[in-house]
Amino acid sequence: MISRRDFLQVGMAASALLGTSGFGNWARLAAQQALTQDQLLEFETFGNVSLIHITDIHGQLKPIYFREPSVNIGVGDNKGAVPHITGAEFRKLYGIADGSPSHYALSSGDFAALAKGYGRVGGLDRVATVIKAIRADRPDAILLDGGDTWHGSYTTWKTQAQDMFNVMNALKPDAMTFHWEFTLGSDRVTELVEQLPFAALGQNIFDAEWDEPTELFPPYKMFERGGTKIAVIGQAFPYMPIANPRWMFPEYSFGIRDENMAAMVEEVRAAGAECVVVLSHNGFDVDKKMASVVPGIDVILSGHTHDALPEPALVGETIIVPSGSNGKFVSRVDLDIRDGRMMGYRTKLIPIFSDVITPDPEVAALIDAERAPYLHEMTEVVGQTESLLYRRGNFNGSWDDLICDALLSERDAEIALSPGVRWGPTLIPGQDITREDIFGVTSMSYGQAYRTEMTGAFLKVVLEDVADNIFNPDPYYQQGGDMVRTGGLGYRIDVSKPQGARISNMTLLKTGEPIDPARSYVVAGWASVNEGTEGPQIWDVVESHIRKLGTVTVQGNTNVDVVGA
Amino acid sequence: MELTRRKMLAIGSGTLALASLTGLPAFASLTDEAVSALTGGADLGEGAITLTAPEIAENGNTVPIEVDAPGAVEITLFADGNPVPNVATFKFGPLSASRSASTRIRLATTQNVVAIAKMEDGSFQKASAEVKVTIGGCGG
Repeated sequence: MISRRDFLQVGMAASALLGTSGFGNWARLAAQQALTQDQLLEFETFGNVSLIHITDIHGQLKPIYFREPSVNIGVGDNKGAVPHITGAEFRKLYGIADGSPSHYALSSGDFAALAKGYGRVGGLDRVATVIKAIRADRPDAILLDGGDTWHGSYTTWKTQAQDMFNVMNALKPDAMTFHWEFTLGSDRVTELVEQLPFAALGQNIFDAEWDEPTELFPPYKMFERGGTKIAVIGQAFPYMPIANPRWMFPEYSFGIRDENMAAMVEEVRAAGAECVVVLSHNGFDVDKKMASVVPGIDVILSGHTHDALPEPALVGETIIVPSGSNGKFVSRVDLDIRDGRMMGYRTKLIPIFSDVITPDPEVAALIDAERAPYLHEMTEVVGQTESLLYRRGNFNGSWDDLICDALLSERDAEIALSPGVRWGPTLIPGQDITREDIFGVTSMSYGQAYRTEMTGAFLKVVLEDVADNIFNPDPYYQQGGDMVRTGGLGYRIDVSKPQGARISNMTLLKTGEPIDPARSYVVAGWASVNEGTEGPQIWDVVESHIRKLGTVTVQGNTNVDVVGA
Repeated sequence: MELTRRKMLAIGSGTLALASLTGLPAFASLTDEAVSALTGGADLGEGAITLTAPEIAENGNTVPIEVDAPGAVEITLFADGNPVPNVATFKFGPLSASRSASTRIRLATTQNVVAIAKMEDGSFQKASAEVKVTIGGCGG
């Protein structure tokens, strides 16, 4: 087995390069000259099997900025465990130097300054270069897409994900699993999946009527690589019909179904698999629990919660590899499979520094072709930002503060609610805000901005309910998003309390008065899971608001008082 | 649009207000009474009965539940947060090839589903599972 130290050496090449450079050496020259593509890709090929994992791309074809969270609270057994360690504490844990490339890629803190130095991350043309380089080392490497691929951008919305479908096919994955894809509606998902030249996996995707497996989504696929047999079992997001609108895909049922997962592991082992890989959209803490409950899984490639860790987590003899989001990272996982078992592993989380990695010309041309019909309308400048606009964080992000402000003023509401999703690129101070940027944080198939009345008592129910989906101490009851964002409403949350007792001190910010349980409040929000929700599209609401502002400045949000963490 | 509280509740699968504001097993004692009546107060064993239920209900109005107890002559299901906790009793004859059953039940709120099996030797087995009923929201 590889020691933790080896992991750090192979996994943290980026930080080792500038490991002693200290804070401040982040000029663009440093990024472009001191950091090279060869160094980012450097990897001593190991064992006999390679996996390549990318997940949660959310439609991001082009390089973007993406700030990792500074608030990511763990509860129960995961209190204080990765990925619930952020910022400087995260860097200390992994020995990452302040100001280093790994600081910028993996943790929050000084983001705007570092972004100016290191530039954008991601871009599927750069990802293609990395995949090709790994395949040059190991031609039969298995490329696995963890889902949340066909969603999240202007062109993905306009083409109903044809753009992502076409570009991903050019990367030649071997299998994928699913989450937001289903919000295209079951007809479109079926249409795309039937054309996929690779496996669409989900042991937990069941027919809702009969509660039995589907033909369209087989549970696993066997691969013969490196003189051995590897089984890849798919695990789609378990709580799609709850976190997303069930009415859009009523034919399907999901759930964790760990009994069925255990049965599938037994089935593939009996069929000769010497290595069992789960391609998962569970979220990291759910994967950890699943690894402790289901015996016989060697590797879980973990998606959904958008965590990026420089080394895998180990639960028993299962390694869990989370590979970030938005095209920012690719994981390479080399395995030594012998005598019917995994004897060792070597992993590297490769950050896709877009200024360092040369774009693959064919994929770059394909991306530009997909974008060309929409380029004029989506690159239109709507305004500018003086503030860092980001989303990640358990309680609020400045993008969501801006969206809530837009809802309050454009929809003339007292309180705004915005969903706690984790996707959406970051903008740095001084950047133009284009229509594409607004879609990057709002694009979805149920984006109507509703306006309604809710009583104070019901608002508390909503907050308590969402809070329990994040802070229930049992990961199997967590859905993996963040807290619903509020505008015009302040509150206190004690994350250590049970459901019904976490939320207190709810305050209407406009007047400073406590929320009255019996009074009705005018509430504007978006992304309702209810069928028949009416209102303008959220991106139109936000665009209109930004146009009126011209230049956006977002103040720090101190309206959520967090205790018990 | 007028999004009424009623609509939110309807689509959010049940009377979650009750769940959230009053917490768990509001009617636990009703279930306890019913179980006592069934077993005559006998000890409840565990391990010979398996209850399979989702952790979070996709639709509180129709939650798939499966129960399996080899050697059972009778299995009774309870939902301890429903106004009437007794859900169903399945009886198995000596020629029953398997002593398992699956059905769908309505759950008013987050609660425990309890299964009691009466075994061939007259002893009882118990299994329970917490099923969360939620309005949901947005993940990932």
